[in-house]
Amino acid sequence: MNARQGFEGELSVLKSLVLEMGTKAAYALNESVEALVTQDIDRALKVIDNDYKINRMDIEINEKAIWLIAKQQPVASDLRRLVTSIKIATDLERVGDLAVNIAKSTIRIGQKELFKPLKDIPLMAEKAAGMLTQVMAAFNEEDVNNALKTAELDNEIDELYGRLVKELLEYIARNPEVTSQVTQLSFICRDLERVGDHTTNISESVVFMVKGQQYDLNA
Amino acid sequence: MISTTNKNKQAEPNNKKLQKPNVFEAKGFNLWYGEDQALKNIDFDIAENNVTAIIGPSGCGKSTFLKSLNRMVELVPTVKMAGEIQYRGKNILSSKFGVEELRTKVGMVFQKPNPFPKSIYENVAYGPRIHGIRDKVTLDQIVETSLKGAAIWDEVKDRLHENAYGLSGGQQQRLCIARCLAIEPDVILMDEPTSALDPISTLKVEELVQQLKQNFSIVIVTHNMQQAARISDKTAFFLSGELVEYNDTDVIFSNPRDNRTEDYITGRFG
Repeated sequence: MNARQGFEGELSVLKSLVLEMGTKAAYALNESVEALVTQDIDRALKVIDNDYKINRMDIEINEKAIWLIAKQQPVASDLRRLVTSIKIATDLERVGDLAVNIAKSTIRIGQKELFKPLKDIPLMAEKAAGMLTQVMAAFNEEDVNNALKTAELDNEIDELYGRLVKELLEYIARNPEVTSQVTQLSFICRDLERVGDHTTNISESVVFMVKGQQYDLNA
Repeated sequence: MISTTNKNKQAEPNNKKLQKPNVFEAKGFNLWYGEDQALKNIDFDIAENNVTAIIGPSGCGKSTFLKSLNRMVELVPTVKMAGEIQYRGKNILSSKFGVEELRTKVGMVFQKPNPFPKSIYENVAYGPRIHGIRDKVTLDQIVETSLKGAAIWDEVKDRLHENAYGLSGGQQQRLCIARCLAIEPDVILMDEPTSALDPISTLKVEELVQQLKQNFSIVIVTHNMQQAARISDKTAFFLSGELVEYNDTDVIFSNPRDNRTEDYITGRFG
C-alpha cells in the first residue's frame, strides 16, 4: 500500500488547477488579441471582466499549496512540485493581467480605422500563446527538454518586439497624427513580449521541478 | 539568449567547504547477527563538531551501526564484525583498543530516558566518581556544568537531591544527556532520543543538540525525518543494511540523488 495515496491525490488536484489556470490565461490572451484585430470593444471588455477568475485561481492554488506544505511536510520532489505550482500560478496571473492591458489598449484604440492592417502583432501573439500552451504541456508531462525548447522560442518574440517597436516609432516620426494609436500598439507589443518572459519563467520552474536545479533562461 | 548555466551551487559531499577532521571512519564494515548480515560494506566518515543523522526504516541497520561506534553491539552474543571502524585514526575493533576508554570518549543517550534510581545529583556525579573523582567541590562543579550544558540546570538546581524519577520524561532525557556530558565525552551517540518525548520536550532536546555540537560531535538515529532535516549537518540513509546515500542534509531533503532515498523521505515506502 502506498502510504502517501491521499497526498498524491491532492498533488494531482493541484496540478489540474495549474493546468486549468494555464488554459484560462492562454484563452484570455487569445481573446484580447482577437478583440484588437476585430476592434471588438465588447470582446475586450469581457477579457477585463473575466480576469478575476484567473486571479481567484492564483489565490486558490497558493492556499492549497501552502496548506499542503503545512499539513504534509513535503520534501524533495514533492516540495518542489508545490513551490513550482505557486511560482507558475504567479506567472500565469501576470499573463492574465497582460491580456487585460491589451484589452484596455484595444478599447483606447476604439473603432477608429487602424493606420495599417495588423500583421506582426497577431503573429507575435500567436507565438506567445503557442509558447504558453507548449510550456504548460511540458509542465503536465514533466518534460525538461520541451520546457527548454519552449524557452528558446522567446528569442523570436524578443526579435519581433525589437523590430516592431522600432518600426512603430519611425512611423510616429513620419505621421504624428497617429501617435496615440501607435503608442497603444507599442504597449501591446511590450505586453506580448512580457508574456514571452513569463512563459520562460514557467520553463525555468518546470526544469526546477523535475531536476531540482535552477536555470536562468531569461538571460 | 538562452543560458543554460546552472546557477545552483550543488552541494557535493566533498566540495570545497572547510573540511572538518573525522572522528569516525568506517571502512568496509560488515556485521552479522548469527547468520544474518545486518550491515553490508559500510564506508562512512563522521566529521567533528557536526550533527550526523542516520535515517532509514526499521530493521535497516541504523541503530546497529550506531551501537557499533561504541561497541555496545557486542553485548549481543552472536555478533560478528569485519572491516574497520576508526575512531580518531585508531581501529576500535582491534583487540588493542580498550572498550572502557572508547565508551568514555563516546557517550550514548537512549530512546527512553533511563536515569539511575538515585538523586539528580548522583545521576550526574556517578560517572566522574567511577573515574576516581572524589573531591566534593570538583564534583559539585561537574554536576552544575553538566546540568547547565544539558539545559536543565534552572529547572533542577533547587532539588538536586530529589530522586530523578520525579522528573518529567523530557527532563529525565536531558538529565541523561547531562550524565553523558559529565564524563566529558568526545562524541555523543543518540538513539532516537526524542521518540518518547512530547513535542515541546522534543524541541528542547533539538535546541540542545544544536548547542552541544559546538563542543561535541553528535550522531543521531531518528525516525523523525523533519528532525533530521532541522538539526543535522549531514544525513545518511540506510536501507537493508546498506548505506544508500550520505550527503549534506540540505541535499538529502531537497534533491536526493538516489530514488530509494527520495521514496523513503517522501513517505512512498518504509
